[in-house]
Amino acid sequence: MNPALNNVIAQTEQVILGKPQQIRLALTCLLARGHLLIEDMPGVGKTTLAHVLSRTLGLQFQRIQFTSDMLPADILGVSIYQRESGEFKFHAGPIFSQMILADEVNRATPKTQSALLEAMEEHQVTSEGETRPLPSPFFVIATQNPTNQIGTFPLPESQLDRFMMRIQLGYPDATAERGLLSGVDRRDLIADLKPQMQTSELFELQAQVRKVFVSPALLDYVQAILRHTRESARFVHGLSPRAGLSLLAAARAWALLAGRDAVIPEDVQAVLPGVASHRLQSVHDTQASDGEKLARELIEAVAIP
Amino acid sequence: MKLSAPLTYGLIACILLVSTPHTDHLPLWVSAECSALLLWRAYLARSGKALPPRWLLLGITVFSVMAIAVSFRSLFGREVGVTLLILLSALKLLELKAVRDATIVVYLSCFIIITNFFYSQSIPTAAFMMATLLVILATWVHLQTGDLAFKPRLRIGGLLLLQAIPLSLILFVLFPRVQGPLWGLPQDAYASSGLSDTMSPGSMSRLSLNDAVAFRVTFDTDAPSRDRMYWRGPVLWDFDGTTWKRGRNATTLKGELQDAGMPLSYTVTLEPHNKHWLFALDMPEKLSINHRLTPDFQLLSDKPVNARLRYRADSFLSYRANVDELPRQLQRALNLPRGLNPQAQQLAEGWRKLHPHDDAAIVREVMRHFNQGGYVYTLEPPLLGMNGIDEFLFQSKQGFCEHYAGSFVYLLRAAGVPARVVTGYQGGEYNDLGDYYILRQSDAHAWAEVWLGERGWIRYDPTAAIAPARIESGLSAAVSNPAILPFMARNPPPWLRALRFNWDALANQWNQWVLGYNTETQFAFLTRLGMEDISWQKMALNMLAGVFILVGVFTLLLLRRLVVRQTDPVQAIWLKLCRKLEKSGLPRATHEGPLDYVARVNAAYPERSEVMNDLATRYIALRYQLLQDELSLQAFKRAVAAFKL
Repeated sequence: MNPALNNVIAQTEQVILGKPQQIRLALTCLLARGHLLIEDMPGVGKTTLAHVLSRTLGLQFQRIQFTSDMLPADILGVSIYQRESGEFKFHAGPIFSQMILADEVNRATPKTQSALLEAMEEHQVTSEGETRPLPSPFFVIATQNPTNQIGTFPLPESQLDRFMMRIQLGYPDATAERGLLSGVDRRDLIADLKPQMQTSELFELQAQVRKVFVSPALLDYVQAILRHTRESARFVHGLSPRAGLSLLAAARAWALLAGRDAVIPEDVQAVLPGVASHRLQSVHDTQASDGEKLARELIEAVAIP
Repeated sequence: MKLSAPLTYGLIACILLVSTPHTDHLPLWVSAECSALLLWRAYLARSGKALPPRWLLLGITVFSVMAIAVSFRSLFGREVGVTLLILLSALKLLELKAVRDATIVVYLSCFIIITNFFYSQSIPTAAFMMATLLVILATWVHLQTGDLAFKPRLRIGGLLLLQAIPLSLILFVLFPRVQGPLWGLPQDAYASSGLSDTMSPGSMSRLSLNDAVAFRVTFDTDAPSRDRMYWRGPVLWDFDGTTWKRGRNATTLKGELQDAGMPLSYTVTLEPHNKHWLFALDMPEKLSINHRLTPDFQLLSDKPVNARLRYRADSFLSYRANVDELPRQLQRALNLPRGLNPQAQQLAEGWRKLHPHDDAAIVREVMRHFNQGGYVYTLEPPLLGMNGIDEFLFQSKQGFCEHYAGSFVYLLRAAGVPARVVTGYQGGEYNDLGDYYILRQSDAHAWAEVWLGERGWIRYDPTAAIAPARIESGLSAAVSNPAILPFMARNPPPWLRALRFNWDALANQWNQWVLGYNTETQFAFLTRLGMEDISWQKMALNMLAGVFILVGVFTLLLLRRLVVRQTDPVQAIWLKLCRKLEKSGLPRATHEGPLDYVARVNAAYPERSEVMNDLATRYIALRYQLLQDELSLQAFKRAVAAFKL
């Protein structure tokens, strides 16, 4: 396995205690050039995770706190008239950054949300007739608050689909919690973090992900999973082709993280809850948080061909 | 295991679909109770409430069975059986607890499908039952597979149905047939509208409102013109003042024809009408089936026609019938009730005085009287009293064919000319698609026969003197208000007419080849297929062979699909390893990947972990990295073969 990657994981685990799986999934998402949605209670470390990752990977970091009175221009930027030169000058918004933490994305109005999501999809911003490319790599971690539903605009399914993965952090276990309570202040820790990787190395890794080998037997398996979601009466909708592509890309990145040069079914199974949980909806119970359980059921229902 | 709500809805739909056609003949309260039970069950499934307790179900059951016993006055027989079956299956839905109960409901629905054919064997019924069967199969698939979505469920059900079609074709064509209906169905199984053996004012006009098919005819050669197509049915002799009856013939000798021309051959497919008589063109000579020809040229079958009957017949269109009629028969043809209809008597006696020795002239006088007396042909004549003939002839002057035929014969008898009423059908509608004629109940007609010595019995149709259009073009042309006629007897637009003919041609094929597929048609069909020395043993053997081959072909196809899955040699070797481990109590879950599985095995047998890890690495390299070469494959094969826990 790539030593730099190892260091990234090790350093992140020192700050975010007891969440190795979630850290790996977040990294997977980054390597597979997708975007991440974290849905959880306030205060479980969503922001800290984003922060740590950006520091460790040496990426520019911007945090955008979403509010209901936010306008698209607040994210994308505006052109302002310069009295001296008599011209309009574009003032880039916070989105022109390598890593964005879009906090509480469901508190913004749909118009603002879609401005963000469009930028995520296109990797560029078009405003006032001019198209400006976003920096590369470009990685968005959006957070959602599941319980606080007053004054929120939940993301519709079509926009949820733009996120490669949705993960939950959850409460830490007793050991991790003790470590957190007795340890140093996290903010100080973050300030001391050193980048473990050059941006060029990250590009190199992203390129490697796409070279991870996928055999026909594995494609059979991925297709069997997709087919099952579409045929089973358990789900309201089946997984979309975009979801299928995301699943494969994520599985490749996961295999790379595990130090393999070919994807095996376990890789698919590891990323499936993250990739599928926000895209699947049970026919019987409509609780969105059951997505993960549903994804586990899905894994158990599909035989590996 | 609790059955899911969608599955319960499916089962309710099955029972609903199979019993819906029965509402036509079930007592109203049974239909109502069944609907209430089904609605109740659907509500319980929707709300998720508990099923009713056992004592309540038992109470409803006992009460329902008693109510059936009271309303049918019996607990045996077909009607009661069907009613019980439907009611109890609706009740069964209320004790759906386990998969076993659901399976029973599925099988019950299949069984109730059969009972629908007791009442109707038409194409729409068959099509509806086929669709119902599809729903039942889809529900059954639902029961077996659990969480398959609706569309694939329907697809599998449809596939099962399609696979069954060749099998059922073999069984249908080759299964040895028994003469007559397989079940001794009681007579009420068949519609019994049709000509009766009596005629009174109103009986024919009532029948003309019914557009059910009476029979269909295919001519071997050119058909005769429409005004010569008189299809002979019951011949009526005895008159009591209002009603004409057949009475008893004075002899059992069959009627005799002289100077007959060339016979006309044709095939009749008669719908069941529950009476003995068979219909043939005036005058029938012989039939292809067992029959009796009476002295008045009626054709009678041995037993009531309670199944569709196909026969060939020969008729003569020109003839002299019973020239030497027995005096006792002639006497019957002159009998009249005494003291009735004085005006008619007087009129007839006046004609007799005019032509003391010329019977034919009297007949002409009567025909002229009808033609010029201001008579009207109508489907809605006024009611007549005691002296019905007088009232009709001199006051109302409005009548349908039974009025004209009846008063015509009455006048002749009063004048001393032997005459009798003949009932049957007249004309027919030509279906140019199937090249055959359709005779409907609305074509029912009554006419007269007069015995004129040397010339024998001669047909006269007084209706033709009043409304010639009835004879030449059919009922709708002759009646002033066709709107009261049944739909099919009116003149519909051409496209509807074409549609109707298409449909009837199809129904005719269905009747002849599906419903009428009996011993003879089977024999003929198999001979045409090239089978020789047909016996039931041979048919049974062929049938078994056909079924065997077909099932074999399906099995092979399915097996091949199983084999295709394991054509990958790497996977085959891996599965072999899995089987070995399974014998040691460590079966691989179908969704378990190689690393997860090996990790589990290693936990149970740590001492073998080195070998296991090596095997897993080889497998992953071969299957997921495609690092395949003959050497490593053979090495993997050997390693698995040598592996032992």
